[in-house]
Amino acid sequence: MQYWNPTFECMPREELKKVQTERLIETVKRVYHNVPFYRNKMQKIGLEPCDIKSLDDLKKLPFTYKQDLRDNYPYGLFAAPMSEIVRIHASSGTTGKQTVVGYTRRDLDTWAEVMARTLVNAGADKDSFVQVAYGYGLFTGGLGVHYGVERIGATVIPVSGGNTKRQIQIMKDFGTTILACTPSYALYLAEEMEEMGVSKNDIRLKAGIFGAEPWSEKMRNEIEERFGITAIDIYGLSEIIGPGVASECKCKCGLHVQEDHFIPEIIDPDTEEVLPPGSTGELVFSTVTKEGLPLLRYRTRDISSLNYEKCECGRTTVRMSKVSGRTDDMIIVRGVNVFPSQIESVLLNMGETAPHYLLVVDRVGSLDTLDVLVEMNQKMFSDEVKHIEDVEHRLKKEIEDTLGISARVKLVEPKSIERSEGKAKRVIDKRKF
Amino acid sequence: MQVKQISIFLENKSGRLAEVTRLLGDNKIDISALSIADKTDYGILRLIVNKPEEAENILKEKDFAVSITTVIAIAVADRPGGLSEALSVLRDANIGIEYMYAFVGKASNEAMVILRVDDAEVDEAVNLLAKSGVKVLPPEFIYNL
Repeated sequence: MQYWNPTFECMPREELKKVQTERLIETVKRVYHNVPFYRNKMQKIGLEPCDIKSLDDLKKLPFTYKQDLRDNYPYGLFAAPMSEIVRIHASSGTTGKQTVVGYTRRDLDTWAEVMARTLVNAGADKDSFVQVAYGYGLFTGGLGVHYGVERIGATVIPVSGGNTKRQIQIMKDFGTTILACTPSYALYLAEEMEEMGVSKNDIRLKAGIFGAEPWSEKMRNEIEERFGITAIDIYGLSEIIGPGVASECKCKCGLHVQEDHFIPEIIDPDTEEVLPPGSTGELVFSTVTKEGLPLLRYRTRDISSLNYEKCECGRTTVRMSKVSGRTDDMIIVRGVNVFPSQIESVLLNMGETAPHYLLVVDRVGSLDTLDVLVEMNQKMFSDEVKHIEDVEHRLKKEIEDTLGISARVKLVEPKSIERSEGKAKRVIDKRKF
Repeated sequence: MQVKQISIFLENKSGRLAEVTRLLGDNKIDISALSIADKTDYGILRLIVNKPEEAENILKEKDFAVSITTVIAIAVADRPGGLSEALSVLRDANIGIEYMYAFVGKASNEAMVILRVDDAEVDEAVNLLAKSGVKVLPPEFIYNL
């Protein structure tokens, strides 16, 4: 199977533009009438739904920021009544509050469709066995991939994250042909495999779809070499739909955006001007088929560029380049989005510490480590070890509960974390991708 | 009869202990006794000095996390069972010891022990020890060792 849905994936661009235009117009009407947030925003700049007539008018529309989702927590931006929402997912927010997303039945259908295209991009068909090692739950990774596999009619093996030895046993015994997880976890699996004495000839793996964190060509080569597979980069974010927003084809020359559902733009993050094709800037998405949570011009903060040339694979959809960085201070640790401000809110909530902290991210082997350095202060200091240990444990627990990943808390001396004149440096990322 | 001890938070990295002792030395503060509670990443340095308040201010000015705690200083006979006799007094009264450390003074046949008990039980502990004949050392004595 070369394409899952050639009608849209290989549609002549002029025709695709027509589809996008129609859908954009409908989406603008939908949010204007159903979401007070968008109606107010549009009215403020004197924009009516009827002003949006073509794709060129997209740039007239207001941006949506992650903060807007937070301000309207949990359901304020939903454009469908709750009775039509059949699924909720959530991702970590910037200051502790989660970003909540809702799907109608049709949204789930769309999601399965774009994930099916993603999997077929990686070579999946009805005979594939897809092992999903992304976490299942509020995180969109696990369930997102899951329904795509079922849509194709392939066999899904929903292992979810963790339990590495069992992952390998299953991969070997169940005959997994496609692996879905973060690239760093894939490398970790490869290392464990070696330790268990399982060689790449003992498994049937042919391809992997890896995403949710940045990775380099070097990592790709290593994963491909160690498993003897094709490693495909996939891109997605829960605000837009989850995994499935874009993915590479076997040419591995950019990620095909599922453009009939999501319209990308590249903007200058400072001037907010739309940049011409090929320029590098911040990736912005407008969803044009979502019902539950349609978003106009959502600022992803991811840095990328767009290539509108037809791909060798025959697809006509625009390709985004591998995400090369962020325009904010978000870091991705073990596939989980971490904002330094989340740590700040934990410290402030505990009320015991001056919010002087530093996140140190490193990679030991292929696993990310997160150390949170917190300055000791007069108030939480005690001459007794048990009291300091108690502070440490509470900090660790609060931080882990907020971030959703484990971290090592390290108490350091007062004023030992560097103070800066301008924006405080909160993260040291020692990883080499 | 309550002795003031200063405690300092120190990260486990080279030079920190030297920095504290240098600061105190430069300011003519004399250390009578010390102990360190060591953890993987940090330690708590506990000191008995001749001028505790002054030492506290000097260290705080240099951004150390410092606290002053009340402890009890006793002298026990430097022979087998000497310490046990003193401690049994507190055990019988159900007074727990958070930590303790011993040191030997100059040319003395007694060992000196610093005891840390719950703040609320300090007075009771001092009275009981004194009543049982344990030699409780006054602050002036300890500070000027």
